[in-house]
Amino acid sequence: MSDKKTEVRSYFIGALLSALLTILAFSMIYMNVAHDVAITVIVISALAQLVVQGIYFLHLNYKKQSREDLQLVLFSTMLLLIMVFGTIWVLGDLMNRMG
Amino acid sequence: MNNKYPGINLLNSDEIVAKFSERNVFGFWVFLMSDFITFGLLFATNATMSNMVGIAGGPGPKDLFNINSVALQTALLLLSSLSCGFIAISMKYHQTRGRVSTWLIVTGLLGAGFLFFELRDFANMWAMGGTPQRSGWLSSYYALVGLHGIHITVGLLWILVLLGLLMRFDFNPRFNQRVLVFILYWHFLDVIWIGIFSFVFLRGLA
Repeated sequence: MSDKKTEVRSYFIGALLSALLTILAFSMIYMNVAHDVAITVIVISALAQLVVQGIYFLHLNYKKQSREDLQLVLFSTMLLLIMVFGTIWVLGDLMNRMG
Repeated sequence: MNNKYPGINLLNSDEIVAKFSERNVFGFWVFLMSDFITFGLLFATNATMSNMVGIAGGPGPKDLFNINSVALQTALLLLSSLSCGFIAISMKYHQTRGRVSTWLIVTGLLGAGFLFFELRDFANMWAMGGTPQRSGWLSSYYALVGLHGIHITVGLLWILVLLGLLMRFDFNPRFNQRVLVFILYWHFLDVIWIGIFSFVFLRGLA
């Protein structure tokens, strides 16, 4: 039943990594780190945690049966990034123009 | 291992059942992605509101956010994601009513705890003048975080339904698939929360 052991271990590793990344992000606020550094660390930690949870909790990988899931997620993410970045850019620019 | 469909192999080898599951589970992924985009656009709206114009002279993040409460909610949700993993493990290796319902209940309690602190935060913010109608930023905040909270609530109802089904009937391929799909849903909500606590709360407080 070593299959079960590896799976259990994988969940614990995923949870631990997530916890560490979360603590890292929160510490930016608790330790009053400079604004720009804090934002960078928070963003990177969030993205890293998305990847961690994707791999360890959602079992996204490049093996045959999981590949379609992964492609769907990547495609949706691409659409999302276009729309979100576009929204922020357009409205930010508009705000500048309206002074 | 004859793993015929996405996610974890929760069923035993029946080919026909696995094919039916494969399509349905993938269909659920498609729904999750549509949900992902909905949340994403609410994020975008919140981002465009996170400035002086959006805050409109009303209370801002530093006036309203309680970081300890947010940290606690994050911990609860992360633990509930872990307990969700144990639902999957028990479904796969020890398919007994006792074990599966235990982990379902643990997940539900952690989720309920999360909701309790979130609603308490909303009430406190409201009392401090941070009402949804006060400013565009606050409207977008309540829309985003509120929608996530509604999703969590639906998840809790889902757990109750699964428990009911488990008590009334026994394990069967359709039930197993519903559990798998619930697990995907719950992990997805934790992923959205990662985005919320990072880009709404921590960014607002940085």
